[in-house]
Amino acid sequence: MNGKGTVLSTSIGVGFAVGLYGISFGALSVAAGLDFWQTQVLSLLMFSGGSQFAFIGVIAAGGVASAVPAILSAWLIGVRNGFYAIRLNSLIGVTGLTKLLSAQLTIDESTAVATSQNEPKNQKLGFWLTGAAVFLFWNSFTALGALLGTAVGDPSRFGLDAAAAVAFLALVWPQLRTMQANVVAGLAFLVAVVLSPVLAAGLPVIAAGLVGVVFGWRNWLGVTEVNK
Amino acid sequence: MTLWLGVLLASVAVYSWKIFGYLVPERVLHSSMMSRIATLLTVALLSGLVGIQALVSNQHIGLDARIPALVVAVILLRFKQPFIVVVCVGAAVAAMIRLF
Repeated sequence: MNGKGTVLSTSIGVGFAVGLYGISFGALSVAAGLDFWQTQVLSLLMFSGGSQFAFIGVIAAGGVASAVPAILSAWLIGVRNGFYAIRLNSLIGVTGLTKLLSAQLTIDESTAVATSQNEPKNQKLGFWLTGAAVFLFWNSFTALGALLGTAVGDPSRFGLDAAAAVAFLALVWPQLRTMQANVVAGLAFLVAVVLSPVLAAGLPVIAAGLVGVVFGWRNWLGVTEVNK
Repeated sequence: MTLWLGVLLASVAVYSWKIFGYLVPERVLHSSMMSRIATLLTVALLSGLVGIQALVSNQHIGLDARIPALVVAVILLRFKQPFIVVVCVGAAVAAMIRLF
């Protein structure tokens, strides 16, 4: 088996597939009121799909006035990257300033490819190749999407507002595997909608997030852990 | 706050988690409660955003073409269609309904 070749093709395949939905991010970001460069900078610097969608989602609902909750939502959704980083730190063995770069490429996909390899050499290779591939494709397709979004004009005519709702659903879908996750999702959905008319835009999302924190903390409806 | 400042601050905020993970000793966040909270927090925030994007416009709750789009999306996701397909079909459903 040529492990190296497999890692390379997996990395590029994942990078391209994920990069493609950079088109929808770019288009939705422009529809949310960000300009081309603000959209591009989000993909270059923030570089974490869930957080980027959250940021523009809150801005779409409340404009610049809800910048603080937008930042908070993006930050909170990014927490999982911290857990990935802890895992990768011992897995891919980076040191010194290289950590600054590996941190930027620490996302769902690079972690998934790295952790699915058996040999340490391929874990390292998988991380860097996938991270780089997703970065290149994600940023190129963001630019394309932002240009298309600018050309489209009124976002609702082409269903871009519906695409935003669908994008969030598709992002959360793979995580709805347990009863606990499903109940949290349902409650969070309700909390956000019901509070929307009464709270300033952006805050309902944060309130929805609290549902997850409480369920995680108390482990309501969770499985009881036998060993630590 | 300007939108540019928001974009930059949010980017720094998201990066802070990533670099934090490389700098702390492994045991710090290695508890089942912390990883559970991280997972469910993500689920809850994204689900809240689904609700707002699908049912709220200008702080009012209402039903429109976004709902059928979401229903179609659920069906496509059940059949394991890729992200880009689900998003494009969802947008097309809403656009078609508004056309007629």
